Amino acid sequence: MAGVDQHAVPAIAVEQLTKAFGRLVVVDDISFSVAPGEIVGFLGPNGAGKTTTLAMLLGLLRPTRGRVRVLGLPMPQARQRVLARVNFTSPYVSLPGNLSVRENLTVFARLYGVRNARSRMEGLLARFGLAGMEGRTTGRLSSGESTRLGLVKALLNDPQVLFLDEPTASLDPDGAERVREILRQIRAERGMTIFYTSHNMQEVERLSDRILFLHRGRVIAEGPPRDVLRRFERDTLERMFLDLAREGQEVSAP
Amino acid sequence: MSAVRAAAPGPTSPVPPAEIALRPGISAGRIVALLLRQLFLYRRSMIRSLEIIYWPVLDLLVWGFLSVYVARLRGGAGVAVAFLIGGMILWDIFFRVQQAISVSFLEDVWTRNLVNVFVSPISTVEFLLATMLLGVMKIVVIGFLLAALALALYAFNIFQYGLGLLPFVLNLILAAWGMGIITTALILRFGQGAEALAWALAFLFQPFSAVFYPVAVLPPALQAAAWILPTTHAFEGMRAVLAGRAVPWAHVGWAAVENAVLLGLAAAVFAWVMRIARETGLLLRTEG
Repeated sequence: MAGVDQHAVPAIAVEQLTKAFGRLVVVDDISFSVAPGEIVGFLGPNGAGKTTTLAMLLGLLRPTRGRVRVLGLPMPQARQRVLARVNFTSPYVSLPGNLSVRENLTVFARLYGVRNARSRMEGLLARFGLAGMEGRTTGRLSSGESTRLGLVKALLNDPQVLFLDEPTASLDPDGAERVREILRQIRAERGMTIFYTSHNMQEVERLSDRILFLHRGRVIAEGPPRDVLRRFERDTLERMFLDLAREGQEVSAP
Repeated sequence: MSAVRAAAPGPTSPVPPAEIALRPGISAGRIVALLLRQLFLYRRSMIRSLEIIYWPVLDLLVWGFLSVYVARLRGGAGVAVAFLIGGMILWDIFFRVQQAISVSFLEDVWTRNLVNVFVSPISTVEFLLATMLLGVMKIVVIGFLLAALALALYAFNIFQYGLGLLPFVLNLILAAWGMGIITTALILRFGQGAEALAWALAFLFQPFSAVFYPVAVLPPALQAAAWILPTTHAFEGMRAVLAGRAVPWAHVGWAAVENAVLLGLAAAVFAWVMRIARETGLLLRTEG
């Protein structure tokens, strides 16, 4: 785990986090921490509670119980100070399609107080293969280009923690591999922590230092991918995921 | 086929470290960012830009010519023209400012951008301030345009009433901010299905605000209710000024007090809905 400082203040610390909507408990007493510079894959079938947990980490949802600290600061109490130092993107949210790429990035650079916005934009657009597209209307980008633009927006402020929701969902295998390579490189350059959800199990095995496997609101597995597979006696994360999602059978460590 | 050929993503492109100037509390930079987002939108869309002036100008034409006709029927009572056109212009100021707040919010809902905004360091206060300022910017444009048209078409010079109208215009802006914030809170609470409120809610108060007629026209029971609205005091005051009387400061004072209550109520309602939103995930669901 290059660049990971296990002794520093955790980038993310979650203690006994619970979220219930009425009687429905979506996140059930989970605790975990993520070290600065670590890449953690947050996995689980649909409805496992991943999005709800991400929303609590980002201050969009208030926990029913438990504590969230990001960069040592409590969420959502220190929301503004935390959000200035982190960022997020998801294929399920968009930048305004009726603005150009440059206009959208200008707006978000100002929101995050990025003073060298122009050079950041140019460098990141080039890195994500979007050089020369500054004048294009965002709504006319392909889904892959939109996903990459979302990543550019998410990296504008050099976040210390990058939250990603299925970052390569709409990319072809080559594009996805390139994005993974860029994320690994940026982590190496900046020591950035990356916390991401994905349904692409091969990607998770390749990119993550560690995984957290969420099922029915509880963390059922945690650790480096190979350790988790060994402990749960599965060949691949995909097998483990399918056992949970398709058949609903319990996956337990021996 | 794309006119611009994209380069393949490459991990080697140099990217300088970000230089961040983070200002805690209320930051003009973040407010300007949200204003820019709206101004870019208008700059890119001629239809959207024209829409700002389209309805107000049509309103002015219809109400203006109607007032001229009414004045002729009554034997040339010029003050009727002033009342109707003045009422129309000031109502439009109120309506456009109120609408700007809720439509700015809806723009982010329609474009699925709301989460991007609310995971940035923008505070709720900054978000609302940006929409409030946008409303004022819009009515500066609309106000001057309508005043010029009213002068050209109906020889009605609203500026001859000088500073006398200003306290009432300012009170209408305050009332519009309050109503706009409450409308936005309702849209956030009840989702996109409630977006019609952005256009409809102000008109619920129009009959009781005595925009085009004096409060005395209303039945006694409704008159009592009408005086609770700051808009009623603003339009009654406007008519007094247009009739050439001294500025009725009592109406200015009552409107200001009622606006203070309205803005306090609006802040409380918005804070309450934001609390519900963070409890139930409304900020995530509004876009669905």
